[in-house]
Amino acid sequence: MKHMPLFEVFIRSKRGLDHTHVGSLHAEDHQQALEYARDVYTRRSEGVSIWVVKSADIVASQEGDRDSFYDPMDDKPYRHATHYVLPEEVNNM
Amino acid sequence: MSQTETEQSKTEQSLEREFQARVDAEEKIEPKDWMPEAYRKTLIRQISQHAHSEVVGMQPEGNWITRAPSLRRKAVLLAKVQDEAGHGLYLYSAAETLGISREELLEALHQGKAKYSSIFNYPTLSWADIGAVGWLVDGAAIVNQVALQRTSFGPYARAMVRICKEESFHQRQGYEIMLALSRGSAAQKAMAQDALNRFWWPSLMMFGPNDDHSPNSAQSMKWKIKRKSNDQLRQEFIDQTVPQIEVLGLELPDPELRWNEERGHYDFGPIDWDEFFQVIKGNGPCNRQRLQHHIRAQREGEWVCEAVRAYENKKRGRKAA
Amino acid sequence: MNKDAIAEYATRLGDDALVLGHRLSEWCSNGPFLEEDIATINTALDFIGRARMFLSYAAELEGAGRSEDDLAYTRDCREFKNLLIHELPRGDFAFTTVRQFLVDASNVLFFEALCESSDPQLAAIAAKSVKECRYHLRRSHDWLLRLGDGTEESRRRCQDALDDLWGYTDELFAMDALEQALLDAGVAVDRVALKERWLPLVSAAIDEATLQLPALPALPGGGREGIHTEHLGHLLAELQFVQRAYPGLQW
Repeated sequence: MKHMPLFEVFIRSKRGLDHTHVGSLHAEDHQQALEYARDVYTRRSEGVSIWVVKSADIVASQEGDRDSFYDPMDDKPYRHATHYVLPEEVNNM
Repeated sequence: MSQTETEQSKTEQSLEREFQARVDAEEKIEPKDWMPEAYRKTLIRQISQHAHSEVVGMQPEGNWITRAPSLRRKAVLLAKVQDEAGHGLYLYSAAETLGISREELLEALHQGKAKYSSIFNYPTLSWADIGAVGWLVDGAAIVNQVALQRTSFGPYARAMVRICKEESFHQRQGYEIMLALSRGSAAQKAMAQDALNRFWWPSLMMFGPNDDHSPNSAQSMKWKIKRKSNDQLRQEFIDQTVPQIEVLGLELPDPELRWNEERGHYDFGPIDWDEFFQVIKGNGPCNRQRLQHHIRAQREGEWVCEAVRAYENKKRGRKAA
Repeated sequence: MNKDAIAEYATRLGDDALVLGHRLSEWCSNGPFLEEDIATINTALDFIGRARMFLSYAAELEGAGRSEDDLAYTRDCREFKNLLIHELPRGDFAFTTVRQFLVDASNVLFFEALCESSDPQLAAIAAKSVKECRYHLRRSHDWLLRLGDGTEESRRRCQDALDDLWGYTDELFAMDALEQALLDAGVAVDRVALKERWLPLVSAAIDEATLQLPALPALPGGGREGIHTEHLGHLLAELQFVQRAYPGLQW
C-alpha cells in the first residue's frame, strides 16, 4: 500500500455514453490499476470500458482562475439556441 | 494587527461568507474550492471514520464466511463483505481528495486516534448474528447514509449515492436470514431472538449520543455535512424497524417500545450511554481484537508491497536501459 | 454414458472448486491492502459459483433428492474427491499466489477442453468457467512475476511455496479408470494431454519470475479416492459446522 500511486478511474457505463469519473484507487502500475478498477468499480457490471489515469497526471483548472476561465463565456449568449427568437411556426428548429 | 494581516483576515472572512452562501444554496463544495480549515478537518474525521467502519466491519461478518450454512449464503455473505471493502475504498478515495493519504488515515486508525463505528466491537457469536448485523446494523447505516447523499462535500455525497445504491441488498439479505430462522425450528428461532436482543441496543447507539450531548453536531449541520440530527435518525430507524420485528414474530427487545399516537413515533427505553462511552473509549468486547487484526494484516502484507515496488523499479530500469 | 459416472465427475470438479474457493475466502480482511482484498474475493466468488453449478448438477444426476448443500455439507472427508493441491492451508500471500498460478494455468487448459464435452451441461459450465479462469490466470501470472522478481524476501517466499506445492501438481494431470471411460465417451478431458501444454507455460513464467523449477518428485496424491491431507478435515469442520450442529434445517 505504502507509496503506491493513486489512480483516478473513469467508466463508460454503456456504449454511446461518455466515460465518467467514479473514484480512485491505489495500484503500482496502469495494468494493475485497470484490473483493480474492474474488481472495485464494476462489481455489478457497471461498465463496458474503463480508463485509469494517474491522479498526479491530471491538470485541473484552479478555483482562483475562475474569473478568467469561465466568466468571459457568460457574455456570449449568442452561443445558445435560446438567444434567437423565431416565429411561432418554426418553433421546433 | 498589521495592515496585511487585517487584509488577510478580511479576505478570509469574505471567503468564508462565500463558502457558507454556497452551502446554504445547496451547491456542492468540491475539493479544489476554498473551505474553512475546520470544515476540512471535520470532513476528514467523519469520512475516515466512516471508511474505517466499513473496513473494520468486514471482520465480524467475515468471521462467518467460512461457516455460512449454505453455499448460497456463503456467496451472498462474501459479496456483501466485498461490498464493505469497496465502500471503504470509495470513502478513503473521497477523503484523499482533501489532501490526506490513505497511509495517514490508517496510521491514525492504528494509533487509536481515528474511530470507527462502535457496533463492530461486538462479537458475532451465531449465524443469526449475521442476519441481525445485515438487518439492523446495515439498516441503521442506511438511514444515516441516505441522509448523507445530500451532504455538502461533493466527493462524499457521490460516494454515498454509490454506496446507498449497492447497500440495498445488504439489509434484505440480513432480514431474509432472520425470516428463515424465525420460521424455522425452536432452536433457530431462539438463535434469532438472542441475536436481536444483543444487537438492538448497540444498533441504536450507532447514531451517536443524544443531540444535547453531541458537541460537533450544530456546526456540522450548519455546514450541511450532517443533514439530520442523531436523535432524528435514531427515531427514523426505530420507527421503520419495529414493524419488521413484528413480521418476524420475535419479541420486542425493549419492553418500553410502544407506539405513541400523539408523537407519531415509537417511544423507547433509556439507552445505556455508559456502555456506549466505554466502547468508544476502547473498552468494548472486541476493540483490541479488531485493531490488532487490521494491524496484523497490514504488517503481514508489508513484504508484498515492498516486492511490488521493487519489481516496478526493476521494470522501469529495464525500460530505460 | 452412465449417469453415475458423470455425477461422480461433476462432484470431483465441484469439490475442487469448493475447497479452493473456501481457502480463498479465508483471505477476506486478511489481504495485504484493500484493493487486493476485493480482487481476491472476486476470485473466491467465481470458485464458489462454479462449485454450486457442478454440485447441483451432480445432485440432479444422482436423482436421490439431494441438493448442492447436501453434497457440500453432509459428506465427510473420505467422500470428498477434490485434488489435494486445493485443500492445503492458505499459507502466506506467496503460497496463495503460486498455488493460484499453478491451478489457474491448469484450469484454463482444462476448461477450454471441457467446452468440447459431449455433455451439454458440463460444456456450459466450462464455457462460463473458462472466461473466469483466463482472468484469474492473468492476475496470478502478474503476481508471480512481481513476487518472484521483487525483493529477496518475496523471491524466497515464492520459491518455498513453489517447492512445497510442486509435488501436488502431478495429480492435476492424472487419469483413473472413471475419467478414462468418460474420456472415451467424449465427456471428460484428457488430463495427460494437458500436461504437455501446461509445463512449458508454467516453466516460462517461473523462469521469467527468476524462480527455479523444482526438481522434486510427485507426491502420492489420492484426492479422487478420498485420501486427503490432514488439512481437509479441519476445513470441513469449519465449513460444515452449522449444518452438523443443527442437522436437517433450512437456513
